Amino acid sequence: MSELKLMKGNEALAEAAIRAGVDAYFGYPITPQSEVIEYLMYEQPEKRTGMVVLQAESEIAAINMVYGAASTGKRVLTSSSSPGISLKLEGISYIAGAELPAVIVNVVRGGPGLGTIQPSQADYFQSVKGGGHGDYKLYVLAPASVQEMADFVEDAFDIAFKYRAPVLILSDGLIGQMMEKVTLKPQKERMSNQELIEKYGSWAVTGKTNRQRNIITSLDLQSEKMEARVHRLMAKYAQMEKEDLRFEKIACDDAEYLIVAYGSSARIAQKTVELAREKGIKVGLLRPITLFPFPKKQLFELADQVKGILSVELNAGQMIEDVQIATQFKVPVEHFGRTGGIIHTPEEILEALEQKFIK
Amino acid sequence: MTEEIIIAGFGGQGVLSMGKILAYSGIIQNQEVSWMPSYGPEMRGGTANVTVILSDQRISSPYLRVFDTAIILNQQSMDKFENEVKPGGILIYDPNGITHHPTRTDIAIYQIKGTELAQQMGNKKIFNMVVLGGYLKIKPIIKLENVVEGLKKSLSERYQNLIPLNKEAIIKGMEHVEKYEAVY
Amino acid sequence: MEIADIIKPENKVFCKTALMTDTPLSYCPGCGHGTAHNLTMEVIDELGIVEETIGVAPVGCSVLAYDFMNIDITQAAHGRAPAVATAIARCWPDKYVFTYQGDGDLAAIGTAETIHACNRGENIVIIFVNNGIYGMTGGQMAPTTLEGMISSTSPYGREISSMGSPIKMTELVANLPGVFYATRQSVHTHKHARKAKKAIQKAFENTRLKKGLSFIEIVSNCNSGWKMTPNEANIWMEEHMFSYFPLGDIKVDGKLK
Repeated sequence: MSELKLMKGNEALAEAAIRAGVDAYFGYPITPQSEVIEYLMYEQPEKRTGMVVLQAESEIAAINMVYGAASTGKRVLTSSSSPGISLKLEGISYIAGAELPAVIVNVVRGGPGLGTIQPSQADYFQSVKGGGHGDYKLYVLAPASVQEMADFVEDAFDIAFKYRAPVLILSDGLIGQMMEKVTLKPQKERMSNQELIEKYGSWAVTGKTNRQRNIITSLDLQSEKMEARVHRLMAKYAQMEKEDLRFEKIACDDAEYLIVAYGSSARIAQKTVELAREKGIKVGLLRPITLFPFPKKQLFELADQVKGILSVELNAGQMIEDVQIATQFKVPVEHFGRTGGIIHTPEEILEALEQKFIK
Repeated sequence: MTEEIIIAGFGGQGVLSMGKILAYSGIIQNQEVSWMPSYGPEMRGGTANVTVILSDQRISSPYLRVFDTAIILNQQSMDKFENEVKPGGILIYDPNGITHHPTRTDIAIYQIKGTELAQQMGNKKIFNMVVLGGYLKIKPIIKLENVVEGLKKSLSERYQNLIPLNKEAIIKGMEHVEKYEAVY
Repeated sequence: MEIADIIKPENKVFCKTALMTDTPLSYCPGCGHGTAHNLTMEVIDELGIVEETIGVAPVGCSVLAYDFMNIDITQAAHGRAPAVATAIARCWPDKYVFTYQGDGDLAAIGTAETIHACNRGENIVIIFVNNGIYGMTGGQMAPTTLEGMISSTSPYGREISSMGSPIKMTELVANLPGVFYATRQSVHTHKHARKAKKAIQKAFENTRLKKGLSFIEIVSNCNSGWKMTPNEANIWMEEHMFSYFPLGDIKVDGKLK
């Protein structure tokens, strides 16, 4: 039975993971995402569904645990916040290279360095431009509500297993810490080992039976083989762009100005759209739900319709580069965003839009 | 209906839990709700505040610059949030510890002696419920029975026995909230 | 006369273990890795647990262990094999999970993962091949390089005052309650190899009984890195390595010797 609850984003994600039949979670505490592991430890999913939960000795250990569990075909999750994700990036690159399904959650805080524990969106580049070493990408989902923190867990695993590739849920301290109404899906059963072996036995490391041995590695010392691996990855990313792009358009039909924003900024900018329209300024909002794939075509088309585009991000200007590329500089594109953990208000965004394009 | 509220005071005054009870009550009354805390080291002993929005529509921004109602529980919060109440909005505060009282004339200002009343009732911890009662008297957006349901949902198992006392505190607050007229 | 007539079972003194692939070993002639691989695979074969066994390969000389061991293997990032094995063992509690690691992997970059997997008492086997040097990257100093030993990053010999002392990992982890069995072996003679095999058997038996972590150090040579002939390397190992890294059991059935 589905259930209505008031929950923090981090807690909703953790509960949704249990209900989605996730097999294992490995994590390490860091503000502002510690509620994920705290909730899981408190709930004892080992008793509820048999889900394994382990507090690792570091983010590095945690992501390599994810790599290990994923190599056996298990549905495995980890979460962290910015500095911790930096530590996980080596492992994420291995997961991408070894073509393993896994879901990683980043509840972003301000950086660089130890930065601040307040919300930020300054990990955009890190999330969509690789982050770790080598030619790889992450499928990136950006939730903008507590409900989406819950819903995106299952969506992320669907994509991860469809492509055998790591998926990132890019949240932030605002979405992670706020409470909202959330409808939780009914409990799904975890896949049995037998079923897993039948489904993923062609690649997963589960013990060699009457088949060729399965090997999980990201190493190919022969250049031709390594190039083939890279091409295989690129084909996956091309297919993601074709089949799994997600975005939301709000009040775009008659818009003369466009805000592009994701996650928490999209929520705040939605109010800006309301305020602007009360003043008679026709503002629309394009909200990328996936940051990779990015709604390039939609932006390219909207660039012909609007007089200016404001990229609103809680950072010093990162996504704006993708907006500029997508719109091929057909229209002025400006950035607005607070940093350091300060959250911009709807009014501030409107002021910035008026200042940059209207006044 | 959309009601945008800031509740602000010291950490430990029950600011976040007051917001949580309000949000839970909203859910029971079938409303959309959001609860957005300022979090961080200042939660432990410093100032704490939470933005609560109740609405019959999908909530856009959970983070706001101006509010329909400000519930103020210490001087620092008064200094910070008095000017962030929308014209025509409401400011409710506990005068305990307040040295600079609010001066705006374009908003409605109310006092609720939460600290004093809670002490009279013999439990300082229900202070936040007295204040909540005062607020609900001024803005009866949620029925008392739904607040009691919200309390049940947000209190853990071992505090369920405190529900009658909390209800009493809310009623007490409703009875004692007073309009405050700035004196010049 | 057919081959089968010549090689009669009663005349057989050695044959390639069934669980080793036909891929030629990439190790230098004289290296102990081949024997250590072979012994591990023999044990898994003889116990009949191949369908239930998952190996974890490291980064280092044995990074390609999966090319030689005919079992399911995940190859881990440098130093992280114990973390990878932890997750596999937690998700598949009835499997036999082992890591195969060198000294740089286990005792330098992966120290934290090693200590914590040992401390949690993960139900896994760690096979730790210690040859006192980084072999794959060309003979650099390892955490287990002996005092005064020359390597490409200690060209005047390891100096304790600035480079620290060689780490005795097995003694270190043996002190953790999660470690059920800790032993130090060698594979350079038949006699030593037989003893090492017994230790590996015991380790997998411990996994079956869910006793926690078994830690087997194999002190080995690196004739290329040490710039010696295989024979010289073995003699040097006996004379120098074994005095600092004495062979034998350190902890058995959860009790320190």
